Amino acid sequence: MRIEYFQLIDRIVDLDLAQQTIRTEARVPSASTIFEGHFPGYPLMPGVLLIEAMAQTSGWLVIAVTKFSRMPFFAALKDAKLRSFVHPGQNLSLSAKLLHEGSGYAVTKAEIRCDDKLACNAEITFRLVEFPNAQFRANMEKMAAILEFPMGNLAHG
Amino acid sequence: MPSTFETVANIISETCDIPRETIKPESHAINDLGIDSLDFLDIAFAIDKAFGIKMPLEQWTQEVNDGKATTEQYFQLNNLCTRIDELVAAKGA
Repeated sequence: MRIEYFQLIDRIVDLDLAQQTIRTEARVPSASTIFEGHFPGYPLMPGVLLIEAMAQTSGWLVIAVTKFSRMPFFAALKDAKLRSFVHPGQNLSLSAKLLHEGSGYAVTKAEIRCDDKLACNAEITFRLVEFPNAQFRANMEKMAAILEFPMGNLAHG
Repeated sequence: MPSTFETVANIISETCDIPRETIKPESHAINDLGIDSLDFLDIAFAIDKAFGIKMPLEQWTQEVNDGKATTEQYFQLNNLCTRIDELVAAKGA
């Protein structure tokens, strides 16, 4: 996890296009300037970043389901629950399921588990639009490679 | 079984907290009811689920932007319900 760069997941562990599910993993860094303020003497992974991590996990699922034809942008959040504290150095197991792929939008249900315990969950809505430009798409493809996005799955999905 | 309009009106009322009695067949979702595009995503999700369809919102928006259709054709509720009925019929065909 490169928290300051908003790269909140480390690796795509599993992508199942038939079930429309994804699993990713991430390790919260042991140190970050963010923890100096959140909170002094009691560092915690900010809940907004946990939500963003769920959105990024969901986003890669949506990109896979739409076969890299649309970019999902975070649009709405429902029933978000931050159930337990997440501390620096902890490993996160993230997952998402596509609830619906509409025309120009998609809805997912996502969660994060930490030490097998549910840390947070939410329903997330995305707007789906064409990639804004070629550079944007190229950057997403580069990030997909870093995350070990299984491009081969798209051809068979 | 509720009519398409009843179902859609109830969805709009619950999703956008609009009094049900103010929602009429001739109401325009945007101009009369003040529904914005983000709220309409919630409505679209509920309609898609309720009727088991996928409303072609991208196509409709493109047609409006290209001047090939008016917003009334898709977002006035009686017209929207006609589109929904057509999609449901096409699904069953």
